[in-house]
Amino acid sequence: MKNLLEIKDLKVTFPTDDGFVQAVDGVSISVAPGETVAIVGESGSGKTVTSLSVIGLHNRKVTQITGSILVKDKDESLDIVSAPLDKIRSYRGRVVSMIFQDPMSSLHPYYKIGSQLAEAYLVHHPGKKEEANKKALEMLSLVGIPEPQVRAKEYPHQFSGGMRQRVMIAMALMNDPAVLIADEPTTALDVTVQAQILQLLKDLQKNLNMGILLITHDLGVVAQVADRVHVMYAGRIVEQGNVDDIFYSPHAPYTLGLLKSVPRIGSRGSERLKAIPGQPPSLINLPIGCAFAPRCEYISLADENSCENLRPQLLGNSDSHKSRCHVPEEKRDKLFTAEIKGART
Amino acid sequence: MSSPLLSVRNLQKYFPTSRNVGFRKEKLQVKAVDGISFDLMKGETLGLVGESGCGKTTAGRTILKLIEPTAGEIIFEGQDITKLRPGLMTPLRAQMQIIFQDPFSALNPRQTVGKIIAAPFEIQKVTPEGGVKKEVAGLMQRVGLNPEHYNRYPHEFSGGQRQRIGIARAIALKPKLIVADEPVSALDVSIQAQVINLIDDLQKADGISIVFIAHDLSVVQHISDRVAVMYLGKIMELAKTEDLFTAPHHPYTTALLSAVPQPDPRGERNRERIILKGDLPSPINPPAGCVFNTRCWKVQEVCRSKTPELLTVGKSQVACHFPE
Amino acid sequence: MPRFILRRAYFATLTILLVSIVVYGVFSILPFDPAALTCGQKCTPAIVEANRVKLGFDKPLWQQYWLFLSGIFLGRTYGAGSAEFTCPAPSFGYSFNENMCVTDMLAEALPVTINLAIGAFVIWITVGVGLGLLAAKFRGRYPDTISSVFVLLGTSLPTFVTGLFFLIYVTIKWKIVPLSLEGFTPITESPVKYLQYFILPWLTLAILYAAFYTRFTRATVLETLGEDYIRTARAKGLSERVVLLKHTMRAALAPITTSAGLDIAGLIGGAIITESIFNLAGLGRMTLQAVYEFDLSVVVATTILAATVVITMNLIVDIAYGYLDPRVRMK
Ligand SMILES: Nc1ncnc2c1ncn2[C@@H]1O[C@H](COP(=O)(O)OP(=O)(O)OP(=O)(O)O)[C@@H](O)[C@H]1O
Ligand SMILES: Nc1ncnc2c1ncn2[C@@H]1O[C@H](COP(=O)(O)OP(=O)(O)OP(=O)(O)O)[C@@H](O)[C@H]1O
Ligand code: SF4
Ligand code: SF4
Ligand SMILES: [Mg+2]
Ligand SMILES: [Mg+2]
Repeated sequence: MKNLLEIKDLKVTFPTDDGFVQAVDGVSISVAPGETVAIVGESGSGKTVTSLSVIGLHNRKVTQITGSILVKDKDESLDIVSAPLDKIRSYRGRVVSMIFQDPMSSLHPYYKIGSQLAEAYLVHHPGKKEEANKKALEMLSLVGIPEPQVRAKEYPHQFSGGMRQRVMIAMALMNDPAVLIADEPTTALDVTVQAQILQLLKDLQKNLNMGILLITHDLGVVAQVADRVHVMYAGRIVEQGNVDDIFYSPHAPYTLGLLKSVPRIGSRGSERLKAIPGQPPSLINLPIGCAFAPRCEYISLADENSCENLRPQLLGNSDSHKSRCHVPEEKRDKLFTAEIKGART
Repeated sequence: MSSPLLSVRNLQKYFPTSRNVGFRKEKLQVKAVDGISFDLMKGETLGLVGESGCGKTTAGRTILKLIEPTAGEIIFEGQDITKLRPGLMTPLRAQMQIIFQDPFSALNPRQTVGKIIAAPFEIQKVTPEGGVKKEVAGLMQRVGLNPEHYNRYPHEFSGGQRQRIGIARAIALKPKLIVADEPVSALDVSIQAQVINLIDDLQKADGISIVFIAHDLSVVQHISDRVAVMYLGKIMELAKTEDLFTAPHHPYTTALLSAVPQPDPRGERNRERIILKGDLPSPINPPAGCVFNTRCWKVQEVCRSKTPELLTVGKSQVACHFPE
Repeated sequence: MPRFILRRAYFATLTILLVSIVVYGVFSILPFDPAALTCGQKCTPAIVEANRVKLGFDKPLWQQYWLFLSGIFLGRTYGAGSAEFTCPAPSFGYSFNENMCVTDMLAEALPVTINLAIGAFVIWITVGVGLGLLAAKFRGRYPDTISSVFVLLGTSLPTFVTGLFFLIYVTIKWKIVPLSLEGFTPITESPVKYLQYFILPWLTLAILYAAFYTRFTRATVLETLGEDYIRTARAKGLSERVVLLKHTMRAALAPITTSAGLDIAGLIGGAIITESIFNLAGLGRMTLQAVYEFDLSVVVATTILAATVVITMNLIVDIAYGYLDPRVRMK
């Protein structure tokens, strides 16, 4: 397996009082060394549920998970979906690490920064206290925290938001993981601090040859750091491709809609934004056909009634660029590329 | 030139706070807004941007006198309202409204949508032509809500719809001024666009003046006629939107613009970014001289001692000793 | 940090002083003539008058209070000539009902109440926190169910009901624990007699609090388990045991310690019922008796003592919280 991470046909369902919530439905994503793969989508589209699946953080007793998530550790590979929990724990933080959206609440308020970092190393290297402390200081300076010796003895509330996210990154890197999952790592931060953190992630990736699975709802962030992109809508991937494909010749009407609805700096401000009408569907009773159908303006281009009755498959003429839509791909390619060109200028 | 609807002069808001030092309590002040001045014309949208904690919300609320200013003047339609007693403010309140950021907490969960939107009529004790109910239904229609949902409760609506409810309430009395405090920050892009368009349309139709607070520069650029960039309670740069975005003069504006990633991968790859060092200083103890001097890459000795005034540079107003 | 403690201690002392003034004032204003209560049936106005002078009740109120206060530090002498007698420092007054210095009465009653309180506390905190943890860990499964039954029973049964139940069934009917007739025996003398004396009162007091703490611990732990930093701990690869016992408990410790400290202080109140049921010669029973007999010096002394305990525990809790929560420490 050349990929570090291979998610195949992942389905995650939560039973709730109102019915089954199909939060993730048939997602397949792979991450190779040194690559940044992004998942974009609006709130509730299943991004976080997907990312938590990768380190096996869903409660198995109440969550139905099918498919496979293969994680490679040297010559071994483990299926997170079916492996025993002990085995998964030995992978967490060592082979796959994760950083979360809210750096304010993701660090334990009562433990010193240094000891929280060292703990991440000690879990996987029991007894090596001195090594752990040394590594903690090393990582703190790697992520650009000045005076690591001093700061390691401080508590999280003494750090600013940006600093805390740096600490989270340092903690994730304590065991030189092969894959880093970053769930909205900059959403809670200011733009100038976001720029610092994105730069840091990029530099670290270059040096450590990590694979990064970046989760975000910000198309700008995706454009800045991603190599490949998966666009999610209502628990499904509606389009995947290289970053340029997605941004310059989108094939899914939803991707096009997103790209047209973001205000861009430099575009004519007086023009109306092209909003997508309506709102995302409830995940409990998804329409049987295309989940985007109630909001889509291209239904008329597809065969009659197909959008409402038939779920489109993730297909494409090229292996690297696939999308879900009943309208013939050639038609969409031409039309959407032209539309997006119009929107950019 | 016509006279401005709203003039703000040297507006200050300091929040008292304290710190224990041994047996004493040391009295300190959070300089949330520290001397800002601007005019707002009729029908104009002024964008107020800046990072978290720079005083945008405080400025917005102080202008409406929801918070008592510490110093400065607020002149609304030629009348100085700075020291106006709350009783005398009430009739003016009909003219100035606010839209909040969080569509989830800004609405009373135990009131029906109809009641929420009708509240301004009740407070001002006015009965619109044709009755409150008819007026509210009309308002709901206008903001894109189904008037049949008159009796529903806020939790039955999505985030975008709740924001529409907030907007309907704000425009109910046909105000002349609306302060919109991050009205789209909590919304997804596709929904955000709907709400921005709605605000745009309403403003064009009614000629409302808007102070639009946001931290997202792309949104501000889209909606504003002029933009004020704030940092640590002060205005760094104030200019026509086009001028600010094409020719920023203040180093902070430049850095801010360069930090915003755009949905354009090719552009992003070739972009030279100015990455600011460090974090925002505390508004309790802001740096002496220019407040931006701890993070500015153009900082000189004079920046640490002398506070730059907001002066005209080109077509913009800039508070910097060494504008670009 | 030491400065912060000093500051708090200073305010605590002031508070105690203030409480003592108020308590002394309130009880002195009551429409009982304390002197009239000092002699038995064969009272004549002359004796009452003499006792009034002897006890200092003839002086203005502020002087009486001053005598009371200085007595605490210097001891106090009553009467004159052959009838003179002294309560050495710390003196909390003299009880004519018992013909004893109040301090001596306290000295007898206090160890009983302290032993009662500490024993009950140990039981309630172990049972409460332990059961709460189990209930949180096995949420929705049988340990949770069992604990919720316990919580329901424990919180709905008043202390006097559980106490009487223990007394009537466990001691009198079933004779599991024999009736303790010898009174308080220190644990150093005879651990068996000590246990006999205390075990049922302990359980009586502990059950109610244990039930509260089970519920409180369960809620606190469940809330903490939902925190983002617990997710971070799991993402590091820590075992559930470490996540629960280290990360979660560490966060739950501060609120639990806070309320435990305050509840210990509240035990003094709870002690009244328990001590009466089991006929323990503790502070609670003593106070109750004093109230019946209008023995004001004793009531004043125990009330001030109780207030002092509450204020002191508050102080300790504040300081402990500062140590437990670094965010408070820094301020
Ligand atoms: N434990 C759970 N039980 C029931 N439903 C859940 C659970 N966790 C998530 N969901 C639902 O699954 C859907 C996907 O949630 P998810 O958190 O993955 O969204 P997201 O794409 O990360 O959104 P956001 O941008 O808001 O973080 C949502 O509708 C959410 O309500
Ligand atoms: N009531 C208050 N008492 C004390 N300090 C306050 C109060 N309200 C705001 N502040 C402080 O004033 C400063 C400015 O706050 P404000 O909410 O105006 O910022 P903002 O620009 O709106 O930030 P955000 O983007 O996070 O909403 C902050 O440092 C804040 O902590
Ligand atoms: S399948 Fe139909 S509804 Fe779905 S995106 Fe394509 S055209 Fe739109
Ligand atoms: S005044 Fe000096 S420090 Fe401030 S922005 Fe200008 S150059 Fe930078
Ligand atoms: Mg999420
Ligand atoms: Mg704000």
